[in-house]
Amino acid sequence: MEYTLFILLLPFLSFLLLGVWGKWLSHKVAGLIGTLSLAAVTVLSYMTAWTYFTADRVGGIYETLVPYNFEWLPMGSLHFDMGIMLDPISVMMLIVISTVSLMVHIYSFGYMHGERGFQRYYAFLSLFTMSMLGLVVATNIFQMYLFWELVGVSSYLLIGFYFTTPAAIAASKKAFIVTRFADMFFLVGILIYGYYCKSFGFDFDAAGFAEGSFMLPTALVLMFIGGAGKSAMFPLHIWLPDAMEGPTPVSALIHAATMVVAGVYQIARLFPLWIQYAPESLSIVVWVGAFTAFYAAAVACAQSDIKRVLAFSTISQIAFMMVALGVCMPGHEAVIDAHGSLGYMASMFHLFTHAMFKACLFLGAGCIIHAVHSNEMSAMGGLRKYMPITHITFLISCLAIAGIPFFSGFSSKDEIITACFNYSPVVGWWMTGVAAMTAFYMFRLYFGIFWGTENKELHAHHTPHEAPLTMTLPLIVLTVITVGVGVYTTLGGFLEWGGSFGSFVTANGEDYTIHFEKQVAITSTVIAILAIALATYIYKGEKQPVADRMYAAFPRLHRWAYKRFYMDEVYQFITHRIIFARVSKPIAWFDRHIVDGFFDFLAWGTHTLSYQIRNLQSGSVQQYALVFFLGILLVIFSVLFF
Amino acid sequence: MIHIEYILIISAVMMFAGIYGFLTRRSTLAILLSIELMLNSADINFAVFNRMLFPEGHEGYLFSLFTIAIAAAESAVAIAIMINLYRMFTSIGVEKLKNMKW
Repeated sequence: MEYTLFILLLPFLSFLLLGVWGKWLSHKVAGLIGTLSLAAVTVLSYMTAWTYFTADRVGGIYETLVPYNFEWLPMGSLHFDMGIMLDPISVMMLIVISTVSLMVHIYSFGYMHGERGFQRYYAFLSLFTMSMLGLVVATNIFQMYLFWELVGVSSYLLIGFYFTTPAAIAASKKAFIVTRFADMFFLVGILIYGYYCKSFGFDFDAAGFAEGSFMLPTALVLMFIGGAGKSAMFPLHIWLPDAMEGPTPVSALIHAATMVVAGVYQIARLFPLWIQYAPESLSIVVWVGAFTAFYAAAVACAQSDIKRVLAFSTISQIAFMMVALGVCMPGHEAVIDAHGSLGYMASMFHLFTHAMFKACLFLGAGCIIHAVHSNEMSAMGGLRKYMPITHITFLISCLAIAGIPFFSGFSSKDEIITACFNYSPVVGWWMTGVAAMTAFYMFRLYFGIFWGTENKELHAHHTPHEAPLTMTLPLIVLTVITVGVGVYTTLGGFLEWGGSFGSFVTANGEDYTIHFEKQVAITSTVIAILAIALATYIYKGEKQPVADRMYAAFPRLHRWAYKRFYMDEVYQFITHRIIFARVSKPIAWFDRHIVDGFFDFLAWGTHTLSYQIRNLQSGSVQQYALVFFLGILLVIFSVLFF
Repeated sequence: MIHIEYILIISAVMMFAGIYGFLTRRSTLAILLSIELMLNSADINFAVFNRMLFPEGHEGYLFSLFTIAIAAAESAVAIAIMINLYRMFTSIGVEKLKNMKW
């Protein structure tokens, strides 16, 4: 598996090439370099996956391979390593990242056509892909943290890609600061973990040192805060909706499919630790996830910017994955059996399917924005006539995210809800309700774009048109994956075939055959269909009397949801009114008057003194020489006689 | 063979003559000459101590040679400075340099 090194090396090289010499390359060449290196990475990733998953299992589980690992920074008994580790989840992530990234690279040809900074855009995409791949194949938590920060930087650079727009700059800063704030906890968690366990590795042999201590759960919860920041969990979610200021393909790649699931991936990576040493703390993950899922779904129901709807839907879906990881403990018993770790498998499965259909939705939204030059739903409506391919792919992805059987989202979401019911019926019903809300707001979005009230004035002025092939091809590929995976796993789940997702990725590595609980599957399907029917009833028509009456009946509720329940304002209040005014201002006063005053005094003293003694410098060379000579004599005498 | 004290006396006289000249002369050219005098007295000391203490070695002589070479380079630089000085002040008197302070 030595060739896995090239998976990291190729995007890095294309980043260097495009970053340093991009200015002298034409748009086409620069884009081709980025896309071809990514295509090579995709091929290598699929080869890796094929070799890895076709290899024989050792004792019923897939072996963890470490093709590279070298000691990078030795620090006493601790050492930071850099390397590549292949195990089921990292290989699965390789597939997800390389597939979505390749699609985004191809798509960007059309979307970013003629854009200023095209080469820079591709350079940053390569940097991001490299960092994300490095994150998933990390052999230890410190390497993971390093690449974690790198993806943060690439995200910052790409959100602020249109750096002439003030909103984009503000959004990129917000994303960077909020995630950095969360990463601080991650770092503290890593250091506590390293201090008590004397290792950063993912083999967890050393973790036994800290058994029974309070420190290991603390470290894990701190790391979870870092993950919550990256994965936009409430209350650290505020950066993600603003991050939509970046180019839409970037939103698809970074803020929907890959980077934002890093927090989920981190928990999955440290899952053996959670289960063995901190099973009670997992309930924090459950409640944070469950609340976020509901909150984001509620906000998504009221947004009018299509990318914002998708952003909140992403937050909600990532929260689903978090909850699924958290509910792995039926009855809180620290045993990993196939039944108990169902949530783990479901979470990873949902990560996979969500990456595909959400990327497709975002890319579809990109096509729509490309066609109508606006993010607002008011500029859309009735687009199905103009953009048939986008319409069909968008519809299929909406069906997938709503959880309709035979689309990929159904299988994974159903497993999640089953796991939730195993944990507690409250969480189970709660998540079922959120799934219904998901179906509702996604179809509100779908009807708002493709049916509903058409903005005829705008469309007559500028007729929307179907996107070019470079943009529709990725949509078709992602839809085919969504449908293919959906049909296979749905049939497999009902007929109890082996060989679907559970055969590859499970918590303990053993084979698990996905099968649906009939009751859960039927309930969630019926609820999803009802929600879709409701959305159809309210939003499909040319005139929308029900929707208008609802606005009139609950204006305040709508306003609250539209304003995201004033979370940004709460942050504004806390940072400006409390932290800046009560803490920063006194500190600034102290700095300006006490600290600066002290140094100003020193400078004033030196200045005054120097004026007093400057006459010693007479300008007469011979006088200097005399002093010098006398000084030498003094030195000689002192050496001779003392 | 000449006694070592005589040579050391000569070198000491040259050294102090150089120092005296350096401190008192008004012309920068004379100051340069004084510097050369001091350097040469040091050279003499190198040579004579080498001969007295390590008759087999040559390090002292080599140091003298180095010093002579450096002195030559230094004269070249000093004379270049003097020429510039003359162009600016139409004099090479050291008292003209008093402007160079604070």
